[in-house]
Amino acid sequence: MKIMVPVRRVPNPDVKVRLKKDGTGIETEGVNFLVNPFDEYAIEESVRLTEKAGGDVFLVTIGGPENEETLRAGLALGAHRAYLVTVPAPLDSAGVAQLLAAVYAQEKPDLVMAGKQSVDTDNNQAAQMMAGLLGIPQACFAYKVAVEGKTATVQREIDGGLETKEVALPAVITADLRLNQPRYASLPAIMKAKKKEVKKVTPADLGVSPVSRTRVLGLSAPPPRKAGQRVASVDELVEKLINEAKAL
Amino acid sequence: MSILVIAELREGDVRHATYPAVAAGKKLAALLGTDVDVVALGKGAKAAAERLKDFGPKTAWWSEAAGVADYTAEGHAAALAALVKEKGYTAVLAAATTTGKDLVPRLAALLDAGMVSDVIGFAKGDAGTEYVRPMYAGNAEARVAVDTPVHALTVRETAFDAAAPGGMAGAVAELAGVGEAAGAKVVGYQFTKSGRPELTEAKVIVSGGRGLKDAAGVKLVEELADLLGGAVGASRAVVDEGLVPNDLQVGQTGKIVAPDLYFAFGISGAIQHVAGMKAAKVIVAINKDEEAPIFEVADYGLVADLFKTVPQLIEKVKEVKAKA
Repeated sequence: MKIMVPVRRVPNPDVKVRLKKDGTGIETEGVNFLVNPFDEYAIEESVRLTEKAGGDVFLVTIGGPENEETLRAGLALGAHRAYLVTVPAPLDSAGVAQLLAAVYAQEKPDLVMAGKQSVDTDNNQAAQMMAGLLGIPQACFAYKVAVEGKTATVQREIDGGLETKEVALPAVITADLRLNQPRYASLPAIMKAKKKEVKKVTPADLGVSPVSRTRVLGLSAPPPRKAGQRVASVDELVEKLINEAKAL
Repeated sequence: MSILVIAELREGDVRHATYPAVAAGKKLAALLGTDVDVVALGKGAKAAAERLKDFGPKTAWWSEAAGVADYTAEGHAAALAALVKEKGYTAVLAAATTTGKDLVPRLAALLDAGMVSDVIGFAKGDAGTEYVRPMYAGNAEARVAVDTPVHALTVRETAFDAAAPGGMAGAVAELAGVGEAAGAKVVGYQFTKSGRPELTEAKVIVSGGRGLKDAAGVKLVEELADLLGGAVGASRAVVDEGLVPNDLQVGQTGKIVAPDLYFAFGISGAIQHVAGMKAAKVIVAINKDEEAPIFEVADYGLVADLFKTVPQLIEKVKEVKAKA
């Protein structure tokens, strides 16, 4: 089975981002970039599927040359090869989806396994858009995935529980939190990843000119919460919740 | 150039998130000087349209056709794209629930529409309608412009008050020519049965984090929640441990909540969690680590062992309730 895994480079989600003063973006100096955590779930699931049945897992990322590092980190988790689609400027989800669809058209994978959202922009759009552009089924927010012949049965995390959905392959699946526990890259795996193929292509090589359909006009800091207070006991807490906050 | 709001149905009923979405649609229509229509697809859609017609739309569309009877992104996006194209809607929106997040990007692709997720506000600006949405775990608010004739949106339900009935009743009309859901079908659901309110609707939420340790810790949280008629929430660590279901996760990639009162017990206050709960009116944190970042957003912080203090809090609340 051949599986395509879109991957995104994101600033370390455990560190609070700093906004540029002019509101055009975030400060990137001194910021550590990682593979988007949900994409690691997608890589892990794909590697497990091919470990059982054999196959080929390839990563695709879109961006500048710095993304090669991100792809090597993903390859160290067990993917076999990677594409880096180099673009001069960032694209929105629609632009990303157009390029992913173009790679899909060249590679014709059996399955696309993506992370459910990237934790920087929090858009949660590109995988679904890609499925829509290609006219293939989708199963988002996967809790469990089982592939049998030309069908994937996916338990989806939905509000209030789980939905079980069957999709005909090829399809796009997105990984949610409980899908698996991604492995840590071992040192030999990191060494091996350095030798794996990272194919650099341009949108022109793929025969498309991607178009963003939205523009971020500016970023600003949200209004801060006003400072709170410490209480010394449960009695004081309850007294303040009743008389001061009027919340109980 | 009117606006289409997508209703969300669950087991034949209109889900609560639909009402803030309708309110957002009406607000956007007022800004642009246009009208709102709503559309309900699936089992119970006709009754849903009959109900929603009283909330201000010009037309409440519905279909219970086989291809949309169960929600699938494939069936619903195809039917909605046909409706938007036929009627020339300039904006289509849904609540940013798990269903809205699944559906609207696919619909946007079918319409070649630019999409903005998790909209919390909008205004007219130099670039036309400018939408406001959080990014970077809520540490930034972005103003976003859409460059296509049709705008596709999901709206954060806690950012808009639920629509109320009123005004002229709209027309109710059945959608014609609804097709099949190609390549996809739903084979079952497992809903968590709970008497508690949904996180996104609850006035009070009691949440626990890694500090809960095990099922006994979760029981404490549940006891206080039930006493206050509130919902139970959790940080990612608790979901990872399998102590509570995934959909109780409060945070950047889980539920975004805005209750009147939020209790955080044994929650460190990681960026991802705070992103989901900082819109609460009053935040109470109990944590034994006085350095825990949760205290930076808490209105009331108590540095203490939750296993000692939460039982005390439960007793105290019982006393207060008994007096009231």
